[in-house]
Amino acid sequence: MTFTLKIWRQNGPADKGRLVTYQVRDISPSMSFIEMLDVVNQQLTLKGEEPLAFEYDCREGICGSCSLVIDGVPHGPDRGTVCQLYMRRFPDGATITIEPWRAKAFPIIKDLVVDRSAFDRIMQAGGYISVNTGGAVDGNVLLIGKDQAETAMDAASCISCGACVAACKNASAMLFVAAKVSHLALLPQGQPERTKRAKAMVAAMDREGFGSCGNQYECEAVCPKSISVRFIAKLNREFLRATIEEPSPLAEQPADPHDESH
Amino acid sequence: MITLESKVPHGPLETKWDRHRFSEKLVSPTNKRKVGIIVVGSGLAGASAASTLGQLGYQVDCFCFQDSPRRAHSIAAQGGINAAKNYQDDGDSVERLFYDTIKGGDFRSREANVYRLAQVSMQIIDQCVALGVPFAREYGGQLANRSFGGVQVSRTFYCRGQTGQQLLLGAYSALSWQIDRGQVRMHPRTEMLDLIVVDGHARGIVVRDLVTGAIRSHTAEAVVLATGGYSNIFFLSTNASGSNVTATYRAWKQGAAFANPCFTQIHPTAIPPSEAYQAKLTLMSESLRNDGRLWVPKQKGDSRSPEQIPEPERDYFLERRYPRFGNLAPRDLASRAVKHICDDGCGVGPGGLGVYLDLSDAIAQQGLEVVQERYGNLFEMYQRITGEDAYKTPMRIYPAPHYTMGGLWVDYNLMSTVPGLFVIGEANFADHGANRLGASSLMQGLADGYFILPYTIGHYLATTKSGPVGTGHLDVRAAEERVTNRVARLLRGRGRQTAASYHRSLGRLMWDLCGMAREEAGLKKALEAIPALREEFWHEVAVLGSGATFNQALEYAGRVADFLESAELLCYDALHREESCGAHFREEHQTPLGEPLRDDANFSYVSAWEYVPNGRPVLHKEPLVFEFVKPTMRTYQ
Ligand SMILES: Cc1cc2nc3c(=O)[nH]c(=O)nc-3n(C[C@H](O)[C@H](O)[C@H](O)COP(=O)(O)OP(=O)(O)OC[C@H]3O[C@@H](n4cnc5c(N)ncnc54)[C@H](O)[C@@H]3O)c2cc1C
Ligand code: FES
Repeated sequence: MTFTLKIWRQNGPADKGRLVTYQVRDISPSMSFIEMLDVVNQQLTLKGEEPLAFEYDCREGICGSCSLVIDGVPHGPDRGTVCQLYMRRFPDGATITIEPWRAKAFPIIKDLVVDRSAFDRIMQAGGYISVNTGGAVDGNVLLIGKDQAETAMDAASCISCGACVAACKNASAMLFVAAKVSHLALLPQGQPERTKRAKAMVAAMDREGFGSCGNQYECEAVCPKSISVRFIAKLNREFLRATIEEPSPLAEQPADPHDESH
Repeated sequence: MITLESKVPHGPLETKWDRHRFSEKLVSPTNKRKVGIIVVGSGLAGASAASTLGQLGYQVDCFCFQDSPRRAHSIAAQGGINAAKNYQDDGDSVERLFYDTIKGGDFRSREANVYRLAQVSMQIIDQCVALGVPFAREYGGQLANRSFGGVQVSRTFYCRGQTGQQLLLGAYSALSWQIDRGQVRMHPRTEMLDLIVVDGHARGIVVRDLVTGAIRSHTAEAVVLATGGYSNIFFLSTNASGSNVTATYRAWKQGAAFANPCFTQIHPTAIPPSEAYQAKLTLMSESLRNDGRLWVPKQKGDSRSPEQIPEPERDYFLERRYPRFGNLAPRDLASRAVKHICDDGCGVGPGGLGVYLDLSDAIAQQGLEVVQERYGNLFEMYQRITGEDAYKTPMRIYPAPHYTMGGLWVDYNLMSTVPGLFVIGEANFADHGANRLGASSLMQGLADGYFILPYTIGHYLATTKSGPVGTGHLDVRAAEERVTNRVARLLRGRGRQTAASYHRSLGRLMWDLCGMAREEAGLKKALEAIPALREEFWHEVAVLGSGATFNQALEYAGRVADFLESAELLCYDALHREESCGAHFREEHQTPLGEPLRDDANFSYVSAWEYVPNGRPVLHKEPLVFEFVKPTMRTYQ
């Protein structure tokens, strides 16, 4: 197969960036999209041009590294990750445009690589259950119904790729935050910090410069793990619940149990 | 000259760990605040260690080359994690998990380490539940289990086909908490390129910032490597593209012994390679073997489609060869059986490199819904990659390099031969002997990180006086210089070949000569070919771009260069081990029926190789003493 590729090249954060056209030949239909780009890079290297920068690691749809907007759609025409997209999905001779995730909160590092550390900072703001290692009770002490565990697992399947942000006109991270908040809010272990977590993570999301949710659901449509927008509704409820349930004055400033000064 | 002191405590097996923990010295809480620890790696082992050390009050710096700790290769583990909980009341116990692991490893691991692993396994599950890992549950709310490759009890805990992901997200969340508390400083997109050793002690690392290209040093009181395995030496493997040997190999060159490098596991069930450009093999979880049956047509070169081949004309070769374990035979045996049957010309699919993994009986007996719920995501993945619907026609599978039991040598405290350098997770050699059982790597990574290292490192820190090491220290500067020179040398590459093409050639060579079956002549040939290939690499490779920016070609070329060196170590080890044990199969040592022949009289030891500048590596031996189990011939017939 033969393709005309229009690929975003940008030499660094300060560079303006542009689409550059490349031709590729002898592409087999059972090649993955990333293997096809490997071929492009091989050609560029042998011609003495700098290869394209783009991210991948697991190549099996689970690490969330790969992140390309293909013909305007994050991860391309199938509802999966780029690394799981195969060239048989494209008509021979097609022109394919390849761009990075675009969002204020995801600045471009080089070519097709963006900085998604904003997601890590949202997680650091409260995306955890603060239990120490050691001393956990037996796992069967907490009975969790199968359906409940499955729903938590649905939310927990998020791979933090950021396609939801890239697809949203407002570059909102609501689906990501909703998945993370819901996962823990659905489990008994997550209850003690439920209120605090929802508030802290939403605040962090705003701080990072993600836009607000316009209820258009483009996020769900591109999510490679089919995370449902119902979790956004759940996040909204969690957030509302958190704002209504102000902590009682006595516990306004809960002491850090690790602070050794008391 | 290195010495191998295993530091295994004396006395009864059951109480070794408890007694050892009690005899270990502790670091006082006030002192912990002054102690810095470097953790390289943020997979299950690294993230669990870094978060726990942070929680204990140490100042931790954690590094990974991905953009986020949550993307470490552990994320890809599918099948599950073992623990001797005996929730199913099917006869499991710490003793049984211990015994299964020792036996599965073909009696090439340390009893005391493995027993401790089995003991700690139960706490891991509890810890993960507490962190919010959504393990599969029964209708009544209890934790669900499945049985997994090579054992007869149901002790594997799982989260659909995404167990590694969920366990890593659990550890990552704990890590995120410690980052938020200021106890851990995370350095993503940062690659360790050398180890700093001062007065014989590991005191830091030299890293390259993968975004700015800056080369920097970090110093600390101890260094922990949790950098994963080196299966990518075979080029095609089930590992993530970035998985590499650099950290452990560089540490080897600074004095850490490398143990059992030739013990590399080939997983029986991956999607077969199809074409030359292919860059990765995708694993189909072994859990499929619980319900799936492996077969090939009895007739060589039978070109009928699988549905058209009637039952009597099929060879269910695992059930035939290993009637007691059938399709659940351990990985090494299953992989070799697949290879043999394909070498005999009975393989199916392109190039005859494949056998059927058939779930139609399970679908008929248990219903489509049950099978879908259990394996739905695997069927979907298979369809995406091959374009075939495995609900209609059986999957095709072929073995693929998957895991490395070999790694840096560590003692019972998980410390390498360089004092102050600890090695955990897949990067060490410790617990799996010559073959790892399914679902036991996640267990080992978390055991090391959550429950073992945090104790043992404390003793080292409490009993070692270490003065300050500034970034201006001579040894630090020397290490930085090594890194700078090497990066500069790579960047001079303006040849006509890509690093990938050398990686591919090396991979093919290793697969053919040091892969699933090895023999003297082939290994000697490999030992001649590797230096030549390496020489060519340094002359012909093209590495474009600059060192002062984000440069993936440079990162990759550096990793390939290290594979090109460490490959020799694998071959030396495979050549010297004149026996077949676990995943290491020497053609010269087999029964007339093709079963491996282990040689306990001569090879019941861990081989630990010492680096010698400009010379051949030197072999040291740690004898394996079996006080509690009697090594038997591993029969699964
Ligand atoms: C497809 C697949 C499925 C699997 N399924 C299972 C399963 O079901 N059950 C099971 O028990 N095991 C399974 N395994 C094995 C298991 O996943 C791994 O052995 C385990 O996750 C390794 O964990 P780790 O923490 O040691 O290393 P990794 O998860 O590999 O992490 C390595 C870390 O080190 C970092 N790193 C490496 N080199 C450097 C460097 N030079 N500088 C800085 N950072 C560095 C990386 O960034 C990463 O953070 C599977 C493996 C594969 C490939
Ligand atoms: S490379 Fe890991 S999800 Fe695509």
